[in-house]
Formats: sequence, C-alpha cells, structure tokens
Amino acid sequence: MARIGVVTFPGTLDDRDAARAVRLAGGEPVNLFHTDHNLQNVDAVVLPGGFSYGDYLRAGAISRFSPIMDEVVDAANGGMPVLGICNGFQVLTEVHLLPGSMIKNNDLHFICRDQVLRVENTDTAWTNAYITGEEITIPLKNQDGQYVADERTLDELEGEGRVAFRYVGGNPNGSRRDIAGVTNARGNVVGLMPHPEHAVEPGFGPDSREGGRTGTDGLGFFASALNALLASA
Amino acid sequence: MATIVVHVMPKPEILDPQGKAVGNALPRLGFEGFASVRQGKRFELTVDGDVTEETLAKAREAAETMLSNPVIEDVVAVEVVD
Repeated sequence: MARIGVVTFPGTLDDRDAARAVRLAGGEPVNLFHTDHNLQNVDAVVLPGGFSYGDYLRAGAISRFSPIMDEVVDAANGGMPVLGICNGFQVLTEVHLLPGSMIKNNDLHFICRDQVLRVENTDTAWTNAYITGEEITIPLKNQDGQYVADERTLDELEGEGRVAFRYVGGNPNGSRRDIAGVTNARGNVVGLMPHPEHAVEPGFGPDSREGGRTGTDGLGFFASALNALLASA
Repeated sequence: MATIVVHVMPKPEILDPQGKAVGNALPRLGFEGFASVRQGKRFELTVDGDVTEETLAKAREAAETMLSNPVIEDVVAVEVVD
C-alpha cells in the first residue's frame, strides 16, 4: 500500500484531516514531524494547512527551515509527489519549490467558505483523477491567500500550463489571474490554498447537488497521488 | 551592545492591503492629508560588542534570504544603530 507522509509543524491544524483523507483514498498515512531528519520511506508527502510558527515573519517562512524540509526538498527534486495545502502551499513557495507567494487577502478578512475551482491541469501527480476543466467544490479558509508573482512569472506559468487550479464564481482574495493553485514543471509538486482534505467523506464535506455536506470533490487529489505512484511503480 | 536594524517593505508593485486599510482609517480618525500608507517591517538584531564587517555581512544575507521574501518584499535598509 502506498505510504503518504503528512508533516506536522508547530501550529499545523489539518494534519489529522489530511491523514484521514489519505486513508479514505486507500493509502497509508504516515505521520512525519518537523524535527525528523528522514521521511520514513514514504512514497509521497502532504504539507497540510494551519498556522505553522504562528505565521510569524511570513506564513510558512520559518517552517521552511525545519529539518524535515531538507528531506522534502530533496525528495521533491527527485520526483516524489508533494502536495502543499494552504499553509503547506505557503511553505512550498518560501522554500522555492513553487513560484510566487501569498499576501493578505485583498479585503483583509479571514475567508471561510465552500469554493468552486476549475482544474486546469490534470497531468500532475495530484490532479490526474480529474477531467481537464472540471469544476470542483472544496472549502477555502485563510487570511493570507492572495497569490502574487511578477508578470513574467505569471506569463511563464500560463504558457507552460502550470496554473493547476483557478477560482470560479468570483475571485475571493485578489489572487493574480484567479490562481488558486500551481504545479512545478515536472508535475510532482502541487500547491493550492483551498482544502481538498476537508471534502473527502459524505456528511463532512461541502454541500453538493446530492444534498447538504455530501461533497467529496477533494478525494481526487489523494486518489491521483495513488494513481501516480502505481504508474511509476 | 550594538544593534543592526533591517527595514523591509512590500515591493512597490505589490498591493499592500494592510497599508491600504491603515490609510483608509487615518481620515476617519481625523488624521487628514496623507495620500497613502504602506506598512513594512523593522527588525532589530542585537550583537554583543561592536558590529564587525563580518556581522554586518551576515545580517545583510539574513535580510535577503530569511527576513524578507524577494518575491513580495524589498530590503530597503540595513543600518547600525549604537
């Protein structure tokens, strides 16, 4: 069974939900701690959401220097699937595995709502279970969620198809070009602000056409990683 | 004891939602005449004894690599204050 590591930093909030999502998708979650110097032979890594180190300095800025991140960067550069969700996405930008950065939401509010996203790139390790252009609904909850990068970087991302997700139905936080998530060129490292791990089990997800809290659109992220690992095995 | 002060500001082309909110609040509180506000960060790095060229160089490196994120911020000054 594929082993997917979930990293806990001081101040991480969504590690248990991420581990649960891995389990529901059919993988084996492995708890990794920020002080660990090895990845315990996991096949993929999730950096979950929260407020690591209280978002002091900048969101994700201090976690980047955690011992485990040296291992994550090496593994990511070697092709291991790595997913950063919310604060995890911020860590991935701070450690330069993904371009751009996040600043405070345009209106300065903490935003918590179900958010529709369009999956723009389905060739990544974390999106292959979706159909290109598919619209999915997963929770969005953050204060520093406005994705920014210089125009050249944004053009490059667009040109190379590296915008993985875009906000649909209104841009919630002022993110450049409605970008909700991006991938690296190789497609193994993906980061996004909204939370797929909160939309994996009927009864606990966003509302969907089937009824209240029935949405499980986030499950595809974790199923995608398992697909990618099977394909590379 | 001496102190190295590092000033970091959001890049001019990056929106500064916090500065904008402060700028909007100023006239509401009767502080008129300010066209806009940008909000940055000031770090004080204290050293035992005098600041050497080496310490200053290290502070500059820390400012560029950790205290600021070059994607969204500029280090506008690194100065020694006695």
